[in-house]
Formats: sequence, C-alpha cells, structure tokens
Amino acid sequence: MQRIRLRYTKRGRLRFTSHRDFQRAFERALRRAEVPMAYSAGFTPHPKVSYANAAPTGTGSEAEYLEIALTERRDPEVLRRLLDESLPDGLDVVDAVEAHTSGFADRLTASHWELRLDGVEPEEARKAVEVFLAADSVEVRRQTKKGMRTFDTRAAVASLEVAPTGSDRPGDGPCAILRLVVRHLTPAVRPDDVLSGLRATADLAPPVPAAVTRLAQGPLDEETGTVTDPLAPDRDATPAATVPDGTA
Amino acid sequence: MPVESVFPRLEALLPHVQKPIQYVGGELNSTVKDWDACDVRWALMYPDAYEVGLPNQGVMILYEVLNEREGVLAERTYSVWPDLEKLMREHRVPQFTVDAHRPVGAFDLFGVSFSTELGYTNLLTALDLAGIPLRARDRGVDHPVVVAGGHAAFNPEPIADYIDCAVIGDGEQAVLEITEITRAWKAEGRPGGREELLLRLAKTGGVYVPGFYDVEYLPDGRIARVVPNRSGVPWRVSKHTVMDLDEWPYPKQPLVPLAETVHERMSVEIFRGCTRGCRFCQAGMITRPVRERSITGIGEMVEKGLKNTGFEEVGLLSLSSADHSEIGDIAKGLADRYEDDKIGLSLPSTRVDAFNIDLANELTRNGRRSGLTFAPEGGSERIRKVINKMVSEDDLIRTVATAYGNGWRQVKLYFMCGLPTETDDDVLQIADMAAKVISKGREVSGSNDIRCTVSIGGFVPKPHTPFQWAPQLSAEETDARLEKLRERIRADKRYGRSIGFRYHDGKPGIVEGLLSRGDRRVGDVIRAVYEAGGRFDGWREHFSYDLWMECAERALAPHGVDVDWYTTRERTYEEVLPWDHLDSGLDKDWLWEDWQDALDETEVEDCRWTPCFDCGVCPAMDTSIQIGPTGKKLLPLTVVNK
Ligand code: B12
Ligand code: SF4
Repeated sequence: MQRIRLRYTKRGRLRFTSHRDFQRAFERALRRAEVPMAYSAGFTPHPKVSYANAAPTGTGSEAEYLEIALTERRDPEVLRRLLDESLPDGLDVVDAVEAHTSGFADRLTASHWELRLDGVEPEEARKAVEVFLAADSVEVRRQTKKGMRTFDTRAAVASLEVAPTGSDRPGDGPCAILRLVVRHLTPAVRPDDVLSGLRATADLAPPVPAAVTRLAQGPLDEETGTVTDPLAPDRDATPAATVPDGTA
Repeated sequence: MPVESVFPRLEALLPHVQKPIQYVGGELNSTVKDWDACDVRWALMYPDAYEVGLPNQGVMILYEVLNEREGVLAERTYSVWPDLEKLMREHRVPQFTVDAHRPVGAFDLFGVSFSTELGYTNLLTALDLAGIPLRARDRGVDHPVVVAGGHAAFNPEPIADYIDCAVIGDGEQAVLEITEITRAWKAEGRPGGREELLLRLAKTGGVYVPGFYDVEYLPDGRIARVVPNRSGVPWRVSKHTVMDLDEWPYPKQPLVPLAETVHERMSVEIFRGCTRGCRFCQAGMITRPVRERSITGIGEMVEKGLKNTGFEEVGLLSLSSADHSEIGDIAKGLADRYEDDKIGLSLPSTRVDAFNIDLANELTRNGRRSGLTFAPEGGSERIRKVINKMVSEDDLIRTVATAYGNGWRQVKLYFMCGLPTETDDDVLQIADMAAKVISKGREVSGSNDIRCTVSIGGFVPKPHTPFQWAPQLSAEETDARLEKLRERIRADKRYGRSIGFRYHDGKPGIVEGLLSRGDRRVGDVIRAVYEAGGRFDGWREHFSYDLWMECAERALAPHGVDVDWYTTRERTYEEVLPWDHLDSGLDKDWLWEDWQDALDETEVEDCRWTPCFDCGVCPAMDTSIQIGPTGKKLLPLTVVNK
C-alpha cells in the first residue's frame, strides 16, 4: 500500500465549500480519475482518505492537507495532475508527495492567515494591532458545540502585522490586510476570534465580514514566528531512485 | 448593454446565510458561455431550494440541450431561502443565476419548471427579486419572456397572469423551436415588441399564451368558455412528444454539485410514459405513449455518465421501471459490468410483483438488503379496482414472502387516502394487509425481527386524469380516516409493534388540490399568499394552511366561489374544465368513460400488451408506442489504457 499526501486549496467562490461538501467532491474525483484506492472494511466500504484540520466554511485556503492510501503505486505528480483536473476550479490540488514519515497531523502546529478588512483604514488597523500585541492576554467568548467558551486569543497568536495593501484588490475604498500566525491549540482559536479580540481591545470594527484565507499551515518555527512546509520531511526522505511512474 | 456579474455584491452576503455553497455555482459539468457571443439567452429555474432543484432531470436536460447550440446560452437559477431573500432585498441584489451570477432580468427567456404546483409562490418571489413585473401584461419589451413547463404546466391557469406562456409535454425540441423564433424576431429588430413575439410563438400551436385567451364565466361560477381573443391563435394548444429517446441521450454530462442534495445519484431515464392506466396518476396520463430507451442506449448513458460524474449510484428512472421490456437484461448487464466498482443500482417506482424481487436481488448482489418499497396505493381489493391498480392481495403477500425469504427485512408500502368512492373500511383494510405481511414475513424468515412501514398520503385529483371530475376528500375527513387507521394498527397486539405508520395530514393536500384544478381566479390567492410572506409551500416548516385559507377566502369571495368549490365539489360531464383547451391528446370522452368504469369498479388493461383502448393520444399526437425487446445484451466493458 502506498500513501500519498496532498495539499489542496479552497479558492474564490469555492471557499464556501464545507468540509463535508469537499469530502464528497473529492471521493467523486477519485472515482473519475480512476485512482486505485484502498477501501476500509465493513458493510459500506469507504475509500481510505484522512483529512487534517480543515478550514471552516467560508474561509479560503491555500494549504489544506489530506492523505490517501492506494493499492497500486502511482507517481505523486501524475496523480496530483489527474485529481486537480478532476476537481472543479478553485478546489485545486497543488502539491503531492509520497508519505515516508508518520505523525503528519502532529506537524500541523500553526496556521498562517490573511484577513482582508474592507472598509478599514490600514492606519487604524495598525494601531489596533499594536494595542492587541501589547496586551498580556485578550479573552473572548464564543459559543462552541460544548457551550460558551472563553479563549485567550493573545496567547494563541505567534505573530500579527498589517501587510501593505496591494493594488490588485477589488473595489475601491479603504482596505487593511492583516497577516496572522495562530498556534493550533485546544480549544482552537480561529481568525475570527482574533478579530473579536481586536474589537474588544482596540474597538476595531470592520463594517463588512473579513475575507479570511489560510496561506499556510505546518510546523511553527518559534524563532522566526513563521510556518514551514509540513511535507518537507516526506520530500527529504524520498529515496533518490524515483518510482517508475503511474502508468503501471 | 453590458451584463455584469452580481457575485461581488452577493459574496458579501454569503457569510451571513445558511449553506452558502448552494449559491456559488461552479458545479462539475456546468457551463458558462460568453454573453456577447450568444443571441438567445435562457435562464432556467427550478422553483425550489437548490438541494431539490439541482438534481431535477428536466432542467438539467434543457440546460444541456440549449448550451450545446451555437449562439445559445442557458444558465440556472433556484429559489433562495428566506434568509438570503431578506438580505438581497436590503442590499438590492437581484435574483441571479448560479452559473455566471447574471441577473435573471437580463435574459431573453425565463423558463420555469414546475413538477408540482407548490412552486407557485416561489415563482412570484423570483420574479419580484428579478425586477420583473409580476403581471405579464405589465412587462415591456426588455423583460424576459416567462415560460412555464413541467407537469404542472398542463394546467397553468392559476399562474396564467404571471407567466407569458406555457409549454406542455417534453421540452427538448420545444425549447429549440422557441429559441429559433426568438432569434429571428431579435434579428429583425424585435418588430411589434413583446406581443409580436408571443403571437409568433402562439401560432405554432405548441405554445400556450394565456393572454391571448379570454375566459368567460357562468353566473354559478363555472366556466362558460375559453376563447382566443385575436386571430391566428389556435383554439387548443398541443403537448410536445419526443419520439426517439435514443436520439436524445441527455443529460450526457450530469451536473455534480458540491452541496449536498436530496438525490445523490446519477439518473438515467429508461423510458418515458406509462400506460398502466392508474386513474389517479397524472404523470402516467400526460406522458403517453410509452417510449423506451434501448438497452444499449441505456448502457452507454450509464457508462459515460459515471465517467463524467464519479457518482456511486445509478438510478434507472421512469414511471414504472420494472416495466421496461428488457429490464432483466439491463439489470443483470449493469450489475455484471459494475460488480467490482462498488456502483449501486436502484429502481425507483417498482410495482408489486414477484419478478421485482428477482430484479431487486440482482441490483443488490453484493450489497445489504435493507428495505423494499411497493405501492399498492389502495387498501382493499375493491378500491384497487376503482383506481385501476391491478394487484391482488395474494400477489402482494406472495411478493413479500419472496422478499423476506431472500433476506430482506423491511418492506415499505405506499397508500393513498381519500380516493373516489372510498369508505373507512377500504382504508382500515390497510392495517389487515400490513398484519398479513408481517405474519407471512415471520413465517418465511423464521424471525420476529422484520418490519413493515405503511406510508399514506391524501389523494389529490389532477387535471387530465379520469379523476379530474372527482370530489376531493376534505382535510377533516382525511385526518379522521387516518386517525382510525392509526388506532387500528395500534390496537393490533400481535403485529402492531412491527408496523410503522407514516402519514401526511390532509391540509397540504387541500392547497395542492386548489392549485391543481384551479382556474385563473386562483391566481389572486397565490399572489395574496406570496404578499403575506408565503414561500416554499412544499416544505412543512414553511407551509401555512391557515395563511392559504385566509387569503383564499378574501381573494375568492368576489367571484362567488371558495376553496370547497374547487376541491371537494364533484364536476359533471358538461362542465368546461379550466384546462380543456390544453390538449394532452387524451380524448375527454375516453377519460369520462374511464371515470365511469372506475365508479363501476371495472379495470382496464395496459395497451402495451393488449390492443389499443383508444385513449386518443397516439392518433391525436401522431405518436406510437415504442418498445423493445431489441434482443441485444450489454457486453462487459473492455478495460482500455489502464
Ligand atoms: C426523481 C423524482 C423525484 C426526486 C427528484 C426530484 C427533482 N427535483 O427532480 C425526488 C425524490 C426528490 C422527488 C420528490 C418529489 N416528487 Co418526484 N419524481 C421523480 C421522478 C421519478 C423522475 C422525475 C424526472 O426526472 N423525470 C424526467 C424529466 C426529464 O422529466 P420532467 O422533469 O418532467 O421534464 C421534462 C418536461 O416536463 C419538460 N419541462 C420540464 N421543465 C420545463 C421547463 C420549460 C420552460 C419547458 C419549456 C419544458 C420543461 O421538459 C423536460 C424534458 O422533456 C418522477 C416520475 C417520472 N418518471 O417523471 C417523480 C414525480 C415527478 N414526483 C412526483 C411527486 C409527487 C414528488 C413529491 C411531491 C413527492 C412528495 N410527496 O414529497 C416530491 C416533490 C419534490 C419537489 N419539490 O420537486 C410526481 C409528480 C406528480 C404529478 N405531477 O402529478 C411524479 C410524477 C411521480 C408520480 N407518478 O407521482 N421526485
Ligand atoms: S392511443 Fe392507444 S396505444 Fe396509444 S397510448 Fe392510448 S391506448 Fe395506448
């Protein structure tokens, strides 16, 4: 059995795809692409796919991960292209490596997010970020499946800054772009919790909901505060001799 | 005039609504064409939520047939839920298509597919959100022409004020004809405006333009006559019939949504029409004659469709799928082909006979045998003769015995309540039948762990059926009868606990009845309900009987009629029915005789296997029965380039 790890995106309008929707679409793409999937045992066998830490519905992402198990060997890049063609535009498969390591999910310790705040002046955002970062803790409350929970958003934030506003953004009017690295904790602190934190500490109240995109997720380099590629260990461990290819 | 996508404005609203994915489009196999490269543009709507509308075959077929043509563009739109509707009104976002998010008001034609009447209020919501005047006569040359189609369009009178025209019957060729006429009219510079276009459509004899007909009433409220109000408009409008299904293998590329829908499988229509002659069934009456797709045509559609979609299940769809002349070979052939691919096969609408168990066994060769569904429809032998559902209790018991003997554990039985001439006793016999089913099941399976679910709904008389003259049972009587049945089942100490009971109360049926056999006066009721906030009437949680009744009382009073007049009143032979000028091919005298036969408990055979009984359709529509067997078999698919 061969295991392959894939990175995929949720771009543009398809960021409204829920995780369940994606799972269905992905399983259908596997069938269309005639991928030799390994199946679970039992009455209703399911193709073996494990998903890691999916982004919430409505959130764009450049870095979602999953792993599939195959009964025959395939070249990861050939497989990636096949699956990418098989999925609708916006759900793009952008990276594939054969799994040579274990503990993949544990490597996803932080996410790098971009938050586009339309209608907010970058200067206003900069001030709010300063206040937020200066605080020791910033507590927010949110309803979760387990009831009302309190989160310390400050502790979860590894870095937060206002990025220069590019010229290619849609519409006119003010717009601030935040770059945010959040540690994956339990319970999870989400980008919108950080926004609530900014509102609580610095009265930052965007007039329209933020457009949120996950840019990366993976191991957090505590020194630089950056998120690194979680597939790197698998890539590095790839034996020098490449597998024949996927047309076996 | 440039047409812009409303998506940027819609996008800002989506984080605030339930299941936003249903509004973003991007389905696999969907099509977006260049607006300016096309000269005829259709918006197609299924007037219900996306999760119900997306899998609809009718819309999917027309979408593909139109988009395949050069210079023609078709996009889809569905009803938006009230949460989004509210935001769209606040932010002035118009009704949009999910393909390219273009405003519906910008299209040339707005085709709406009605498989049930319960979509009428949703039509009004969509028109209003699109900025199209609700009344057809208030529309100008730039507004889309609103075209109704689907089964409910066989009596479009209740929505006559709100649609520009209706097409009855199969849509594949009809939409292309309408397209050509529209194209020519536009190319000529739209001479004579909207009216001229509608007149050209009406003159074909296959497009009904309500505005070109006047309805005159008698003092007692009945219709005196329906007359064309200008020359060149035919007295009667004919239905359309596609004759060779193998030439129309649509959808070739079924849409695969990202959102979850009510129908998560690929469907292949294996034949159209049904001549079993069940007297309550409008679908069977209006889709005659039977036209089969060939076994090889079916095999090809399944093969290509699965490749294009990745679905795990194929539904072999029709009004009575086990009746295909080669169904045994089709089922076996497909089961052989896909045995290793974990593809499930299903047959909706199966009749009660032992043969169907063999089929069901074939279809579930390596799967689980959970439940089988049959529709005896009537509880007593007598009532089954009235409705012409030719199945005896012995047949049924024999069939379920085979089912339980083959490992099936659950049988679901569908019935109707409120059928013409029905008494309490006819309905109470359902309990006896269910008890016999359980008793037989325990006997043949040697197990007590078997179930029978009785599912029962109120009967609604429909236009173009022998029961179009019949009185509908009132909601109160329906509920009382169902209550008695429930009591009877509950009181059964031996079997009652193995019998599940599911029923629909009588109230929604009354509204459906009002809309099914209504005339133009009912249009005011629909509008009043819409204006009072009525939406999604097919959904229990949105439907309000009281609202409908209040609005009906107010809107109908000036005409001297009421809801009972439309529903529980029996019609006579002489009465001009609101849909008489719409020609389904069925001879009205034949329908009347069949109604009399029903009252006499006389059955009629199926014309596929016995001589033609002159229902009128074939000569009137110049069609004929098209059935196999072809004698061909489905060969195993050879595995290439693996
Ligand atoms: C699959 C199916 C379902 C599925 C999928 C529904 C869907 N959204 O499509 C599910 C299980 C969800 C379902 C639910 C229901 N269904 Co259903 N369903 C069917 C079934 C088996 C197939 C429908 C189909 O795809 N037909 C094939 C297509 C190609 O035909 P079509 O849609 O009519 O389209 C053609 C023409 O009508 C025309 N046309 C259609 N639209 C338009 C529009 C324009 C502008 C034009 C010009 C032409 C045009 O062109 C098309 C191509 O020729 C039919 C039985 C049958 N074989 O028809 C019952 C049937 C349509 N369902 C029926 C009923 C009663 C229901 C429910 C109300 C049941 C209930 N009590 O809940 C619900 C209603 C759901 C809803 N709001 O639509 C009845 C309708 C009864 C009637 N008209 O008297 C039918 C006929 C079954 C029956 N014999 O009772 N159903
Ligand atoms: S005209 Fe005759 S053959 Fe044709 S559908 Fe009617 S009964 Fe059948």
